[in-house]
Order: sequence, then structure tokens, then C-alpha cells
Amino acid sequence: MNEGMISLMGLALGVILMNNLVLGQLLGVGPFLEASGSTRRAAWMGAVLTVVMALTAAVCWPFNEYLLAPNGLRHLESMVFFLTAAFLAQSLGQLAGKWFPAWRREGEGTLALTANCAVMGVVLQNVQNGYGFAQSVVYALAGGLGFLLVICLFASLRERLEFADCPKAFEGFPIALVTAGLLALCFSGFSNLTLFG
Amino acid sequence: MDMGKQIKEGLLTRNPAAVQLLGLCAALAVTTTLRGGLGMGLCALMVLTLSNGILSLLREYIPKQIRLLTTVAVVATLGAVADLVIQAFLPGLMEELGLFLPLLGVICVLLGQGGAFAWENSAGSSLIEGLCQGVGYTLVLSLVGLFRELLGKGSFGSGMLNGGRGLQVFDPQYAAGGMVLPVGGFLVLAFVIALIRVAADRAGRPRKRKGAAKG
Repeated sequence: MNEGMISLMGLALGVILMNNLVLGQLLGVGPFLEASGSTRRAAWMGAVLTVVMALTAAVCWPFNEYLLAPNGLRHLESMVFFLTAAFLAQSLGQLAGKWFPAWRREGEGTLALTANCAVMGVVLQNVQNGYGFAQSVVYALAGGLGFLLVICLFASLRERLEFADCPKAFEGFPIALVTAGLLALCFSGFSNLTLFG
Repeated sequence: MDMGKQIKEGLLTRNPAAVQLLGLCAALAVTTTLRGGLGMGLCALMVLTLSNGILSLLREYIPKQIRLLTTVAVVATLGAVADLVIQAFLPGLMEELGLFLPLLGVICVLLGQGGAFAWENSAGSSLIEGLCQGVGYTLVLSLVGLFRELLGKGSFGSGMLNGGRGLQVFDPQYAAGGMVLPVGGFLVLAFVIALIRVAADRAGRPRKRKGAAKG
């Protein structure tokens, strides 16, 4: 394996484990909490978000590199990325609903709006860190996989939580937040892991 | 529209963060100090209020099909303006908000629910709605920031009070460092939401039952 591949793997593992998109960077907490009611729904949301993120990163990179950066229009980046991300998430969500009836049943819902924070966060990070095309796409893809991993873990935790007896004010959402906090504590154990030197 | 009802809804019964669960990624990420929470909340308040007013004034001229697109364009523009203003005048706050400052526009589209209120109501009540929702969001963010800073660093209002140093309430060596990590964000937000739920429950309860319970 050459050095480039190793650095890409390091980047990917970083955003999956060491600094997880949801539990480390707190991006995409909205869909994470909203779609984790059932494991099926969580898995679908994770899978669709992964595809949307990778695609948006792949589309936004040339926008930034060839259109915005050379013309000194960097201050427009958040607006341009926002529109691109919203458009892609909306159309991909609908396409996925057409191809996979299961995703439609699980509720494509308001993916275009709720997922935006995560997608935009990743794309903005790609620009801020000056990643190349391959790095951008790998970072977004791995970010989505990290999301998929933790949302599946969290959804199975929440299914057991339904039978738990907790104070009335904490029922439902607040106790789920506490659980997410404990999951974040577990993941912070990975934070100082170094792989590939 | 009834103004008192809007205020109560924004703060408690329809609080955007605690009850409608919107804009939570920022509520967790920027609230390691009171300044971060308050700053983000106030930015959102300004953008929400202004965008609600503008969208409401445009509602006669914009056809239904392109309303969502218009909302995104208006809110994202105002978000970008707020981003640039803060970069220019409050560099300390900019560093603290980090990645979430350029995300302000996205968060405000969520908070305003795509301008659902502004497209249906007059400019005045839309302004007030934006203001009330913004105040409700600021309330949650500031509370989370306040507790996380106090428990995690033992200080109060660092970066704002006492010439930027803040007030050291107790020695930081006794502070729970985990509170400024994501863990603390999730835990404190859970407690703040539980608190607001209890308050909303009290406020939403009809007066009669209170008296009946007493009797």
C-alpha cells in the first residue's frame, strides 16, 4: 500500500472513530435523534445520508475549486453549498423513495432540511482543511459511515429504553439525550488513538 | 394575533430547541461557555426576526412554488451577513463558534421551519414570531452554556465580563472537565429540556385545575 492510501485510511478512521461526526463533532445531531426511533429507520437514514454526503462533497469540490476560489468569491461558499446540498438531498431522497419502497415507508420526511447541517459541515470542513478531491470524497463517505455506525448503535439502545422507568419530565426525548451522552463518553475513549504512526 | 400567546409559545410550549427539537447541533456544539451560547442564540434571533419580516413582506409577490427556494435564499443571505459582521467585529466569538458560524443560515432555515409562519401572516406578527422563537432558542443555548461553563471550568461569563477574564466561581482544578466535551453537552441539554418541559407543563395547565387541586 502506498502512502497516499494510508493517509486516506487514517482520515477515514479519524472521522469514524476518533472524532466521530455525530458524537465528536456534533454535526447531524438532528437526524441522529429524529431517525433513531427504530433500528430499520436508523439504518435507512444512515445509508441515504452517506450517499448524499459523498455526492455533495464530490459536486461541491469542483464548484469551489474552479468557480469560487479563482474569482475571489469565497464569502459566497456557504450559500452555494447550501443550495447544492439542499437540492441533492431533496432529489436523492425522492429517488431513493422511488427505488426502495422500504425507505419511503420509513419516512423520507424532511431529509433535505434536517440533514443539511451534517452535509454542510462536512463540505465546509473539506474547504477549510484544503482537502483535494479524493480526500474530500473519502472524508464525506467516512463521515456518513460513522453516522451510520453510531445511529445503528443508538437506535438499538433506544429500543431497550422504551421499557425503562424514568422520571416523567425525562420521558422520551431527554432520556434519549442522556443515553447519547453516555455513548459519546464511550466514543471519547477513541479520541487519542493513533493509527498508522 | 395574540402577542402574549406568541411569547409563551416561543419561550415554553413551542420552544424551538426544547420542544420542537430544532437546531440542536449548534445547541450542543457552541455551548461550552455562556458567551458561545448567548452569541449563537442572539445571531439566530437577529436572522430569524429579520428574515421573517422580509419574507412576510414578500408574500404577496412570490408564488407558492418557489417559496421554499426564496426562503433559503433570503435566510442564507442574512446568515452570510451575520457571519461577515461577526468576523469583522467579534473575532473572539468567531473563533468560539468556528464551523457553526457559516452554518448559521442552515440552522435558521430549520428554526424558522422554512418560513412557514411568515408566508401566512402579516409582517408585524411575523417579526414578533421570529423574535419570540429567537428568544426561546437563546434561552436554551444560554442555559446550557451557563451550566457547562460553570461545571466544566468553574467560571462564569469568560470572554464577556471582568475585562474578558470572567468570574472564577471556584478553582478549575475541582471542575468536571467532561462537561465541556460532547458528553457534557448531551447531559446538560437533557436536563435543560426536562426543566423547560416542566415549566411548559405548568404554564399550559389551565388555571381551573390548579385551584381544584388546591381545594
